[in-house]
Amino acid sequence: MRPVPLLTALLMALAALSLFTGVSNLTPRAVFTDPEATRLLLISRVPRTLAALLAGCALAVSGQIMQMLARNRFVEPMTAGAGQSAALGVLLATILLPGEPIWAKMGLAAGAALAGSAGLMALIRPLPPTQPLLVPLVALVYGGMIGAAVTFVAYQGDLLQYVEVWLTGELSGVLKGRYELLWLAGATAAATWVIADRVTLLALGDAAARGLGLNVTVVTAAGLAAISLSTALVVVTLGAIPFVGLVVPNLVARHTGDNLRAALPLTALTGAALVLAADIAARVIRQPFEIPVAAITGILGSMPFLLLLYRGRARV
Amino acid sequence: MISIRNLSHVIDGRPILHDITLDLPRGGITALIGPNGAGKSTLLSLIARLTRIQQGQITVDDLTVGASSDRDLAQRLAIMPQQANVSARLRVGELVAMGRYPWNRGRPGYEDRAQVAESLAKFGLTQLADRFLDQISGGQRQSALAAMAHAQGTDYLLLDEPLNNLDISAARGLMRLLRDMADAEGKSILIVLHDINYAAAYADRIVAMANGRIAADGAPDGVLTPQLMRDVFSSDADIIRVNGRPVVVV
Ligand SMILES: Nc1ncnc2c1ncn2[C@@H]1O[C@H](COP(=O)(O)OP(=O)(O)OP(=O)(O)O)[C@@H](O)[C@H]1O
Ligand SMILES: [Mg+2]
Repeated sequence: MRPVPLLTALLMALAALSLFTGVSNLTPRAVFTDPEATRLLLISRVPRTLAALLAGCALAVSGQIMQMLARNRFVEPMTAGAGQSAALGVLLATILLPGEPIWAKMGLAAGAALAGSAGLMALIRPLPPTQPLLVPLVALVYGGMIGAAVTFVAYQGDLLQYVEVWLTGELSGVLKGRYELLWLAGATAAATWVIADRVTLLALGDAAARGLGLNVTVVTAAGLAAISLSTALVVVTLGAIPFVGLVVPNLVARHTGDNLRAALPLTALTGAALVLAADIAARVIRQPFEIPVAAITGILGSMPFLLLLYRGRARV
Repeated sequence: MISIRNLSHVIDGRPILHDITLDLPRGGITALIGPNGAGKSTLLSLIARLTRIQQGQITVDDLTVGASSDRDLAQRLAIMPQQANVSARLRVGELVAMGRYPWNRGRPGYEDRAQVAESLAKFGLTQLADRFLDQISGGQRQSALAAMAHAQGTDYLLLDEPLNNLDISAARGLMRLLRDMADAEGKSILIVLHDINYAAAYADRIVAMANGRIAADGAPDGVLTPQLMRDVFSSDADIIRVNGRPVVVV
C-alpha cells in the first residue's frame, strides 16, 4: 500500500466535500452560474478549507518534532504548555499593546510559546526514561497551570470571552483576509523537512548524537522554534486545536516509523486530513449550528490517546 | 594514535579515574578489561567526548578532544556505547545509515548507501534491514549498533561490551571481523570485554583497569596471570594454556 497517493486522494475528496458543506447551500453548478455563490466560495469556503489543511499540517508536524525532542511519544505542543503559552502571549499583547498590529501580537505569542516549550523541555529532562508516562503527566499539569494563568489574567483584565476564542479552536470565523497567517505555519512545517535527518538523530540520545558530529543545541533550538511558531500561529488565527499533534505522529510511527525524512510528509497529509474531516463534522453534526473543531479533535483524539497509553506502555 | 595524559575524573565528588596516562598507537586491537565499576565505560566516553573532560588531556592523532570540532572527531573516531536507548521507532537499515551522518550531513549519496549495505552484510543484518528495532532480538539490536559504528568508517573504533547478548557464533564473527579490520584496513580498535578468553584470543594488547587505574598493560601472554585474576578481579580462577594461548578456567 502506498500511503502518500492514498492520502492525497483522500485529502482531495475531503477538500471537495468541505467546499460544498455549510449552512448556506452551495452546489458545484451554482459556482459557475451564480455570482453570489462564487463569492461565498472564494471568501468563505476556500479559505476555511485551506485553513483546516494548513493548521492540520502544522499541528501534526510540530507534534512529531516535539515527540522526537522530548524522546517521548505522549506529548504534543498544544496541550503541553506551548498552546497555553501562546494564548497567554496574545492575551498579554491585547492588554499591554492594544493598538499594535497583528504582527506584534503574533511575535509575542510565538515568543511566549517558545518560552513555554523550552520550559517543558527543561522540566522533563531529568525524568527517568524508564517511566515514560511521567512525561505526559508533567506536561499536562504544566499546560494546565499555564492555562489557569491565562484564565486568571483574562479575568483580571475582563477579557474572558477572548480567552475562549484562543483556547478553543474553531474555523467558523475563517474568511478571506483572516487566515493568511496560517500559510506561514504551513511553510514552517514544510521547513522542518530540512532538519528532518538531524532531528531523527536526536533519538540516539544527546551524547551519541554529538558523537556523530551533530550540533544538538542548534537542532533542538531550531525544532523548538518551529514548534512554537506553528503553535502560536494556529492559536492566534483559529485557537487551540488539541490532540492532532499527538494522534497523527503515533499513527504514522506505527506504519512508517520515526525516520522523519520518510514520516514527515505522511504526518503532514494525515494531519491535514484529520483537521479537515473534523471541521466538516463540526459543520454538519448540529446543523445549522457549529461545534468547535477543537471539541471534535478532542473527542476523536483522546480515545486513541488512552488506547496508546494503555498499549504503548510496554514499548516506549 | 590516541594519547591520554594525566586523565582524572570525578562524579558527585567521588573519584572515578585517577591520573590515567595511556597511549594507543595506530592499528591493532586493544582489549580493555576490568571488574564492574572499574571505570572502563567512563574512560571510553571521555575519549569519545560523550562526557566532558575535567582534568587531563586526550588527543586523537592531531585532534584534541574537547577542542576540535565534533564533526572532525566524528570522521576520525566512532563509539558504540555500552547502553544505547534508541527512543524512536527506526528500521535497522535507517539506524545503520545514521552512522554516515558525519560524512554526508544527512544527504546520503551513492557511497553512503554502498557503505551501509556493506556494514549490514558484514554484520549479517541484510535480511533484517527493513525491520523495526523493536521487532528484532536483543543480540540483533546489539549487532545493529555495532554495524552503525562500523558504517561510520573511522580509523578509530571504540566498542563498549559489544559481545553482550551475542551468541557464540555472532560473538566470534564480530571478533573475527574486527581482527580483519585491524589487519587488512589498519584500523585501531579499543574494545571493552568481560570475557577474558575473547580478549586473549583476538586482542594484540590487553589493558586491565581496577578502581580507576591501569592495573596491567601488555600482550595477552604477559598480562593474563593468576596474579592478575587475584589482584584485579579478586577471583581465584585458574589460567591454563591451550594451544599456547592463556585460557581462563571459569
Ligand atoms: N552517572 C553516574 N553517576 C554516578 N556514578 C557513576 C555514574 N556513571 C558511572 N559511575 C560510577 O563510576 C564508576 C565507573 O563506572 P563505569 O561505568 O566506567 O564502569 P565500567 O568499568 O564500565 O563497569 P561495567 O563493567 O559494569 O560496565 C562506577 O563506580 C560507577 O558507579
Ligand atoms: Mg561499562
